Amino acid sequence: MGNKQKAREKRRDFLCSLCYLSPSFLGVAVFFILPFCVVVYYSVIDGVGTRNFVFLENFIKLFQNSAFLLASRNTLRFSSYAVPLAVVLAIALALMLESRIPFKSQFRTFFLSPMMVPVASVVLIWQVLFNYNGSVNELLALFGAKAIDWLQSDHSMIVVILLFLWKNLGYNMILFMASLANIPKELLEVADVEGASEFYKFFAIKLRYLSPTVLFVTILSLINSFKVFREVYLLTGDYPYESLYMLQHFMNNTFRSLDYQKLSAAAVVMAIVMVALIALLFKLEDWFGKDVEG
Amino acid sequence: MKKKRYFGRAAMFIVCAFFAVSFLLPTVLTITNSFMSESEIQSNYGMIFSTTSGGYVSEKVNLKFIPDKVTLSQYISGLINTPDYLVKFWNSVLLVVPIVIFQVVVACIAAYSFSRWRGKVRSGIFFFYVILMLMPYQVTLVPNYLVSEWLGILNTRWSIILPGIFAPFSVFLITKYMRRIPYSLIESAKVDGAGEWQIFTRICLPQCRSAIFSVTLLVFIDYWNMVEQPLILLQDADSQPLSVFLSSINSGEIGLAFAMATVYMLPSLLLFLYGEEYLVEGIANSGSVKG
Repeated sequence: MGNKQKAREKRRDFLCSLCYLSPSFLGVAVFFILPFCVVVYYSVIDGVGTRNFVFLENFIKLFQNSAFLLASRNTLRFSSYAVPLAVVLAIALALMLESRIPFKSQFRTFFLSPMMVPVASVVLIWQVLFNYNGSVNELLALFGAKAIDWLQSDHSMIVVILLFLWKNLGYNMILFMASLANIPKELLEVADVEGASEFYKFFAIKLRYLSPTVLFVTILSLINSFKVFREVYLLTGDYPYESLYMLQHFMNNTFRSLDYQKLSAAAVVMAIVMVALIALLFKLEDWFGKDVEG
Repeated sequence: MKKKRYFGRAAMFIVCAFFAVSFLLPTVLTITNSFMSESEIQSNYGMIFSTTSGGYVSEKVNLKFIPDKVTLSQYISGLINTPDYLVKFWNSVLLVVPIVIFQVVVACIAAYSFSRWRGKVRSGIFFFYVILMLMPYQVTLVPNYLVSEWLGILNTRWSIILPGIFAPFSVFLITKYMRRIPYSLIESAKVDGAGEWQIFTRICLPQCRSAIFSVTLLVFIDYWNMVEQPLILLQDADSQPLSVFLSSINSGEIGLAFAMATVYMLPSLLLFLYGEEYLVEGIANSGSVKG
């Protein structure tokens, strides 16, 4: 094959790949990249009308905004409880479903079923369960415990964490089951022959192979924990009990007043935090994946 | 030793069963309670959603699974007497179906480009897609809002459908499957004189059939239950999908809410029961950010 022909083929390939990519990429450019650039621009000017460059002023104002601070604090607090629980419990469930117990596939179906349920009806059930006169308090009363006003107290976080786990554990569990299935059987057999305990097998072998998935599930759960607003909103409305005021509440309420500067600055801050987290994930996946692959 | 093993397995079974029951409980409760009459609902839950509807209201909540008398009255009043719910259901269909279909089509085409040719620029773009996929709504909603405003489609369905079509999740997942197609298959097709379009439609798409189906399921379930986007982009109450409207059902009509939730759950539940294997496979394959 001549050099010229090779070059021509290369150019043709490039054009082809461009053709196939362009519908998606143009859409992404128009609906995500371009407007996000404008968002970044809005975050450093003082108003859409005046357009004076103010650099960091909007960000400083944002970090002085008590609603934003409250929302980020609550969101962080929620994530720091919910995410580790979502990871650890999902691993536990996956390990249990991996062992030889009856009704495994039925259990899997049940664990996945919460994905299908519309949020609004979940919320209805949650209200029945956690209302002051609800079933959970009734159950507590049987044990002589005092009734708790679940949604209007600091216990409200527990209610939302339960809701989050209920919704997300199934998905996470499937991810872990998939990665458990990828562990080379010989390795576990050798461990069995050598008389390794279940405990040792888990920490020395399984967890090593699971570690990339652990990281992925952590990030995924973190993102999903930002989405929990959906449930909180339907459970308690625009202005919930203070400890449930999440970032998305802040965004929604700011949308109503159409304060572009505040909104843009908040979106940029969140994007930066997310990119940093994702970069960390990639680095860690490289780091942990090295000795397992190949 | 053997006895100990057996004991451990029994314990695991019990734990699993406990979790399974509590996971299933809300779904089952919704469905069975949708067959109760309004007066029965009121006497069970009237305490919580107390309105002035009168009649007997029990002092405590009564969590009840099996209705005293099975009745379709909630369905009749929801689906036949108040066309509102049907309209909202139809709104959901009008939003979700175009998103799912076009997102998957656009994604297949883009996935072909990502899997067929490699290169610095393309893997850079792919990496960008992954980041975009992982961005929470809080970041993407503001850009979505701005574009909708420029294009003059704010408060119309298009403000949700168009960004939905280009959401990168399905590109990511389908690309991962397409990359597994052995290159020799493509090479031999090329030798036989097949063009790119033929390779795409005759080889790559059929090979990825199960992937496409599982992506369709995942995307459908995700958008069928969306709340955030319509809340911000569709201020007009008439065009809200049922997923949002369900929550605004008057607290005096809890029975109705159960019934409509059941109706709304039906499509995704049927898809789930029909395609659980595909769904599981799709989820399992989304498990690593790298190709």
